Amino acid sequence: MSNRLISWFKYASPQSFYPLAGRMIPWFWALTAVFGVIGLWVSFFVAPTDFQQGEGYRIIFIHVPAAWMSMFLYVVMATWAGLGLALNTRLSGMMAQAIAPTGALMAFLSLWTGALWGKPMWGAWWVWDARLTSALILFFLYIGFIALQAAIDDARRADKAGAILALVGVVNVPIIYFSVKWWNTLHQGSTINLAKAPSMATTMLWGMLLMALAFWMYSIAVALTRVRAIILEREAHTEWVKDLNEVKA
Amino acid sequence: MKPRHKRIALILGGLAAIGVASTLVFQALDSNVAFFITPTEFTEGKAPQGKAFRVGGMVREGSIRRDNLTVHFVITDTAKEVPVVYTGILPDLFKEGKGAVVQGRVGADGVFTATEVLAKHDENYTPPHAQHAIDQAQSTAKTLKQ
Repeated sequence: MSNRLISWFKYASPQSFYPLAGRMIPWFWALTAVFGVIGLWVSFFVAPTDFQQGEGYRIIFIHVPAAWMSMFLYVVMATWAGLGLALNTRLSGMMAQAIAPTGALMAFLSLWTGALWGKPMWGAWWVWDARLTSALILFFLYIGFIALQAAIDDARRADKAGAILALVGVVNVPIIYFSVKWWNTLHQGSTINLAKAPSMATTMLWGMLLMALAFWMYSIAVALTRVRAIILEREAHTEWVKDLNEVKA
Repeated sequence: MKPRHKRIALILGGLAAIGVASTLVFQALDSNVAFFITPTEFTEGKAPQGKAFRVGGMVREGSIRRDNLTVHFVITDTAKEVPVVYTGILPDLFKEGKGAVVQGRVGADGVFTATEVLAKHDENYTPPHAQHAIDQAQSTAKTLKQ
């Protein structure tokens, strides 16, 4: 262990991660504000009107970043959960638990903004096509994960049960992503993918990427804040938590 | 093998098994997952009998004919066509040469009576003057080819 540059396992212990997370949180909030303000400004004032959908398309600047985050956070959550299952590290389960509510929020936002967008453009709030249905299942997976963890009193057992659910659910993420390619859907194909240049004006793309960065930073800030609360709760019996200034006060 | 390695192998094996299982399930479900069928599939008789279903494609240029609130138009996938009649309010993006999905049944006369019409827009976003420039460049290219 001593020959490594950074001892990763050191930060796998809640005791050393707690202060590290505390130091990182303000930075991520600051970045959220910076990216969010510039992103919203580009989205509303710089990006041009769309030739087809007029001003209504601007909901894309919330819809797409939220949808991306909902899928990405699920993979991150499942990875932490899987690591916890494989390595028995205590922090992993706490990270998975901390990410879930933010993931659920993102999934809900993508569904909600999608409905608001669908009504004026498609003519329907909701259709049961492959993309929308699989995105709804993602939302249910998050809710299921949160509910399952909350239903089991013993935290370590709750982590294990949740981890299995999270890992099984991972299969849904590629289904969401490729649904518009594999099947006939009402939802349009992806504007941005690795196979081709993005089919959208450059300033629109910038607005979307900045908003996506803002969503990332927000998610990290909130997940770290939540994981600190979970650490305090689960480690409340330990000496180091009792010695913390914020606990003593 | 340490117990930790055993658990990792178990997790990876489990994930692979779930992946294979869901691939098989979705292969079996394939046609049921589709939101609509194309006019070609429709003429091949792939539409469910005696049930409402959806057909999707482009609204053929010059095919929209209005008669009060009733609209007649043709859905095409450039190979085959389906004539459609619909009474009601159309979404704003419903236009000739653009995508649409119609839901309903086929009458004895072969005309599809739609109960719902949805507009399907593409994944391209661009300002109006850019689209105008693209259209012009394309028509110039066409003229040059001829």
